[in-house]
Amino acid sequence: MLEYARWKYILVAAVLLIALLFALPNVFGDDPALQVASKNHENLDAAAQKTLEQFLKERKIEYSRSYIDSGRVMIRLPDVGQQLQARDAVNEKFKDQYITAMSFAPRVPDILRKVGLRPMPLGLDLRGGLYLLYQVDVDSAVGQYLEGYGQDIRRALSAANLPYIDVQAVTVDSDRPNTVRVLLPPATDRGAVRAAAAKAVPDLTFETVSLPSGEAVQAVLTPQKIRERQDYAIQQNLTTLRNRVNEMGVAEPIVQRQGIDRISVQLPGVQNSAEVKDILGKVATLEFRLEYTQGNAFEAAARGRAPLGAKLYTYEGRPVLLKREIIVTGDQLTNATSAPTQDGPGVSLKLDARGGDAMLKNTRANVNRRMGVVYIEKRRETSEVNGQQVTRDITDQRVINLATIRGVFSNNFQITGLTAGESRDLALLLRAGSLATPIYSIDERVVGPSLGKDNIRKGVNALVIGMLAVFLFMAIYYRTFGLVADVVLLANVVLLTALLSMMRTALSLPGIAGIILTVGMAVDANVLIYERIREELRNGVSPQAAIRLGFEKAFSAIADSNITTLIAGVVLWVFGTGAIRGFAVVLTLGIATSMFTSLMGSRALLTLMYGGRRKIARLSI
Amino acid sequence: MEFFHRPTSFPFMATRKVWYTLSAILMIGSFISFATRGLNLAIDFTGGVTVEATLTKTADIDAIRSSIESAGFKEPQVQNFGSSRDIAIRLPPDSTQTAAVIRSKIDAAIKAIDPGATILRLEVVGPQVGKELQTSAAWALLFTLVFIGLYIMLRFHTWRLSLGAILAVMHDPILVLGIFSITQTPFDLAVVAAVLAVIGYSLNDTVVVFDRIRERFEHNRRLAPALVLDQSINQTLSRTIMTKVVTAIVVVALLFLGGPVLRGFSEALMIGILAGTYSSIYISSSVALDFGLTAEHVFPSIKKSAVDQTP
Repeated sequence: MLEYARWKYILVAAVLLIALLFALPNVFGDDPALQVASKNHENLDAAAQKTLEQFLKERKIEYSRSYIDSGRVMIRLPDVGQQLQARDAVNEKFKDQYITAMSFAPRVPDILRKVGLRPMPLGLDLRGGLYLLYQVDVDSAVGQYLEGYGQDIRRALSAANLPYIDVQAVTVDSDRPNTVRVLLPPATDRGAVRAAAAKAVPDLTFETVSLPSGEAVQAVLTPQKIRERQDYAIQQNLTTLRNRVNEMGVAEPIVQRQGIDRISVQLPGVQNSAEVKDILGKVATLEFRLEYTQGNAFEAAARGRAPLGAKLYTYEGRPVLLKREIIVTGDQLTNATSAPTQDGPGVSLKLDARGGDAMLKNTRANVNRRMGVVYIEKRRETSEVNGQQVTRDITDQRVINLATIRGVFSNNFQITGLTAGESRDLALLLRAGSLATPIYSIDERVVGPSLGKDNIRKGVNALVIGMLAVFLFMAIYYRTFGLVADVVLLANVVLLTALLSMMRTALSLPGIAGIILTVGMAVDANVLIYERIREELRNGVSPQAAIRLGFEKAFSAIADSNITTLIAGVVLWVFGTGAIRGFAVVLTLGIATSMFTSLMGSRALLTLMYGGRRKIARLSI
Repeated sequence: MEFFHRPTSFPFMATRKVWYTLSAILMIGSFISFATRGLNLAIDFTGGVTVEATLTKTADIDAIRSSIESAGFKEPQVQNFGSSRDIAIRLPPDSTQTAAVIRSKIDAAIKAIDPGATILRLEVVGPQVGKELQTSAAWALLFTLVFIGLYIMLRFHTWRLSLGAILAVMHDPILVLGIFSITQTPFDLAVVAAVLAVIGYSLNDTVVVFDRIRERFEHNRRLAPALVLDQSINQTLSRTIMTKVVTAIVVVALLFLGGPVLRGFSEALMIGILAGTYSSIYISSSVALDFGLTAEHVFPSIKKSAVDQTP
């Protein structure tokens, strides 16, 4: 007697149906495509789609179809040549309206796409693109934090008329600054200072200490506080990097945190790393200051020192003094777009309410005086000196514009003085926000698109041929039962594909290798069962009982052997990054799916074939 | 079709000294090569620059090397990669130049030799990333071994089998590393993944044999341990060889069709599968026997284990 519960049949059938549905989008392949997005983050609609279609027809650029996907127009093109032509044409015609990105669009029928069924995304090694790994300078984030506390304390002490020598960020029992310390002159009321500091910075615990150099009040950041601050800096940088990547109009970018202080950026289809890195890593902002008129700029330049309350810059080759006081900084901007003006390329700026008020007040009081726009750019250079990594931060400050205030304005105005390229970059950087702490790239990989295609072809070839060989071998070795195993193996691949498509983890070349390996290993469970059935048959057990016993007795061996591989898979998942994690994901999921298909799937199939009260003389095994 | 029509009865236990010796020779050879030649670590681990390019004609390796040297790069390694028109260039880590600069310089150097050349892939790995990967790969290896050892211990109630499994399992990656060291095949992250997969997978067979040992002991607790082990290995032999053949088929497909990127990965898997089959047949059970395995160890109390359930 061989039976199998009805709910198990239903479960197997339901799982397979769902899997088929989710795996389906993967069979259609993809076309080169042009993705068009609006420059002002507006969602593009059917009208924009129509305009673009019309334009391509005018230019005689063939396209296969276009559709709207999350506010962007996707245009599918027959080949890469047409893709390049279309991009250049659209860029030229709609330079100020749209951002274009070259990508691949799946040939999935609309009906599937509309219900959210998509093929699994491909990793950079399979589609070509740029991978960057950034190190975030979290130490400097903590440094800024201490600096901020220091300022609050200084202000509080001055307000309370308490004397102090200095407030410093220092290092206590650590390898990086972690303490804010107030150095006090002899015979100061330490208790009062401590109370004032604690009031100014309530989230730190202050203590009084006696140092060789004198008395002091200090607060040491707890490791937890430091971690919080680091996390905050990383989060902020993540957001900014995401914004910047989005501004560049790259299709399906991935920006994610990696480990404690790293951020990885994956940009499919991007080939020019220099341009991208320039934008991503840049820390740039603006400051608006009034001209300082009580001193002579040439004298200051000759002395090399600006008078009190002023800062010395050069503008168009001549020294210029600007007031120390800043009217508005880049963080008060709400929008920035590059736009041509009658004085050449410019950037249109929009300020928030506070910035608008400050600008209004200052321009009203200073009509016919001059205001300077200072462009500030920070970058980090790493070099090797005597085998040691030495990094230094470089800040470039230059006055990009110094013009007479002709009229009163508040939150809406334009600046000029940059080249067209610089205006575009500045507008982008200002819009996308500034990086909380400097970042620098430590790992960079570019994969050409042709190599990606080649990798896919090779991976798929190996998969298909490997599978066919296994199918053939199983069919010869186990005859009918081998064919059952083949069906089960195929179901396993479908299930795995469905899971990967659902999870939307990018498939990489090692991932394909993982699928192939899973096919090889999934056979194992079937082999264990079939060998057991053969053994039972040899011992003279009836065919149907042999099938039942085969499944029962093989179970513990199957479970044990899969769990050990699972352990390796999970460890890889935890420790691996990038492509290795892709392999681990496939390996781990593959073990789960192969357990399901070979234990439940093949049992259901075999019971259907041989079950019930039928008399069966012998098995084709 | 069947490989073994009737149950085999090879005397694995009686001949175990022979297999121990063979393994010892292989292990010592691996260690010697490992100590003297080391591994040919890829830039994943050392940091540095890798460039893959394709040319329009057969690559003149020497001309390209000297062109790159004259562009100011020290010790470039230039090799054919895949076909005679594809080349791979490796440069030692150099943190004074940005990737963009390196790229344009290399591009110019190759184009000076062959104007139609294109760069397919460029990787610049910072030295600190490489060091971290080395550490995390070592940890991954250690954790896998520890967890698997623990699992076997829990599952089979005796450290004797656990020790046998761990020794057999360590045998395989050591051999893979040894052969990679002897042939100086580039050792990259994908190979580490393959080695870990091998550890998990080679244990498959060992566990299946152990499972059978437990079953045999349960069946008849008075049989001599050596006999039980021999019977268990022989009874599972058909399955062991069969699954390995099937897995080998797909790995061979990967090896020949997967392209150069997966070459090292597939080679490591292939060696690992062969070594794993060998070690689980000849080493794991023998070690347990030499450490005095008896039925009592597998079944401390006369309680039927409740694992054999219908799925």
